[in-house]
Amino acid sequence: MTVLENRGLTEPMKSAGAMTSALECAMTADDKVIILGEDVADPIGGVFKVTKGLSTKFGTRRVRATPISEQAIIGTAIGLSMVGYRPVAEVMFFDFITVAMDQIVNHAAKLRYMSGGATPAPITIRTTVGGSRFGAQHAQSLEAWFMHTPGIKVVMPSGPRDAKGLLESCIFDDDPCLYIEHMGLAFSTTEDVPVADFRLPLGKANVIRAGTDMTIISYGPMVRPSLEVSTTLAADGIDCEVIDLRTLSPLDLDTIFESVTKTRRAAVVHEATQFCGPGAEISSQIHEQLFGELLAPVVRLGAAYTPVPFSTALSGYPTHDTIVAAVQSAVRA
Amino acid sequence: MSEMITEAAAAVAGERPDDLPDRADLARMYELMLTTTLADNKAREEAKAGRLQAAFYPVRGLEGVCAAMSAALRKDDQLVSTYRNLGDALAKGVSLRSIIAELYGRVGGASKGKGGGMHLHDTSVGFMTTTGIVGSGLPIAAGLALGAQLDQDDRIVVVTFGDGATSIGAFHEAMNLAALWRLPLVFLCQNNRWGEHTPIAEYAGNTDLAARAASYGMTALKVDGFDPIKTWSVLRGAAAAVRRGEGPMFIEAITYRLTGHTGTADFSYVPADELAAALRRDPAPTFRKWLCENGLFTEDELIAIERQSEDVVADAFGFAQASPLPGSEALHTDVFATDPPVEGVS
Repeated sequence: MTVLENRGLTEPMKSAGAMTSALECAMTADDKVIILGEDVADPIGGVFKVTKGLSTKFGTRRVRATPISEQAIIGTAIGLSMVGYRPVAEVMFFDFITVAMDQIVNHAAKLRYMSGGATPAPITIRTTVGGSRFGAQHAQSLEAWFMHTPGIKVVMPSGPRDAKGLLESCIFDDDPCLYIEHMGLAFSTTEDVPVADFRLPLGKANVIRAGTDMTIISYGPMVRPSLEVSTTLAADGIDCEVIDLRTLSPLDLDTIFESVTKTRRAAVVHEATQFCGPGAEISSQIHEQLFGELLAPVVRLGAAYTPVPFSTALSGYPTHDTIVAAVQSAVRA
Repeated sequence: MSEMITEAAAAVAGERPDDLPDRADLARMYELMLTTTLADNKAREEAKAGRLQAAFYPVRGLEGVCAAMSAALRKDDQLVSTYRNLGDALAKGVSLRSIIAELYGRVGGASKGKGGGMHLHDTSVGFMTTTGIVGSGLPIAAGLALGAQLDQDDRIVVVTFGDGATSIGAFHEAMNLAALWRLPLVFLCQNNRWGEHTPIAEYAGNTDLAARAASYGMTALKVDGFDPIKTWSVLRGAAAAVRRGEGPMFIEAITYRLTGHTGTADFSYVPADELAAALRRDPAPTFRKWLCENGLFTEDELIAIERQSEDVVADAFGFAQASPLPGSEALHTDVFATDPPVEGVS
């Protein structure tokens, strides 16, 4: 994969705008990039506005609004990818992925293997997660299902710069990629993002804070809270290293092991359900590889084992305080 | 129930066409039908004897439809098929060696033994993919057809599926999308009257599948799938219309499943009179009789074709059985494009 360095101009962007920029750059660079999904064409430009302006600029031939038809969206993307196109399929909410599981799990992820390498399906699926204002069928973090599915890459950015660099990499990657956007990040943080074509490597984690006492491993929406926790704990004399995984599959275990070898403690933090969540695998890998080195068992913090509740009063997600308490208890164990 | 087959066949589009495929095509059609029949019989025999450790989905009864496809499509036209794919693959020109070796899970198979008989392909002849999930090929075929449309190329895509697939959601999603976008796609329903072990009248409120397709806004035709010439004529017309950009078409080729659902499955439940009536119209021998009676081929010419088919089948099974099994290193290849070694993940 080509990794383009950040050179040239940057502009302040929020994640939604950074993703639009990634799509625009990809479509400009390669006329085989086709967008498919419900409501993706102007004037609406996607329900989260990520594809706003693209059908006007590139035409509805390339930015194609579809029926409410997730199996057809993903299946069509697979077929397109088999004849040289680089389709970007939008599934409006992560929960709607369930309707297209057959096409994703039985086809996109397996076609390379089942054909002995002959007919891969390098599609990108963009989907959105997070928030609770729509209730339990519009909020589930299902990434562990896809980590458990050999053959598909799983990517989740934590901010605008990564949102652009990772999305472009997914589009031009030769494997199917599930790119998960978080609603809470789309219009919050602003960062300087390269205006031109910009790609970040898939399968490489980003160490965003160096520390010596504890490694906090996170991705997507829990990266910022993890950083804030590290600031809080620094005042308490606990020096945390923070890793943003960026890609959940392939999982950058090298970076994790290197960090935990140094800190000898680890916590995994995510919004996905804790039980059988991504943290279960990461924790197990650390225990298996570094058992003798660890000063405390690896801590996992994920969502409570419940459907996502509607009322914000019922949030089951890790919070600043629960992460702080868990880290403190591990360090003082 | 034998009336049902006759009735369905009578209700289909048109008489025999005035013209016929040329002699070379007719010879190829007969050879294809016979090769399919012989290879199918052999695979079931091998499975029953325990020498073939694989689920095999027989295609007996579909030979006429497959032969018609072989003469009606261009090499660059693309086909998406199912697990019941032997005749479809041969129709598109996939080598029988690669089909049978894949059935045996050998390196010489289409997918190097990693897919099995449900997962064939040869994109160089337009045989794009096959799926083991009922109905799932239809949305993928829509994508291939969109690719042809975007390329502004006049190749067309055909997707085959059984009558059972018309009950699943993917069928409806693909039909609607194809009609909406006027995709160059032929939906070819190989109606063998059985969805696994359940007859069509017991799983469909309306057994007129073509009528269902028409409601999506596309032309839908029925044809007697046991008659390769009628089927060829209908397919040829459909291919031409779709190639001209007239949007997708649905063809219901009415056949009958002459075997069980799989090569080894019990099918004692199939009504004896119904099966006997269908076997009286067994596509390959019926076609042979027609070729002979109409003076299109001499007995010697037909025998030469039969020898050729027998040789091809014997060669393919010999090749498959001699082909090596995959080495253990193949377990981890082809998961991703670059087989990234993910430490701790194996």
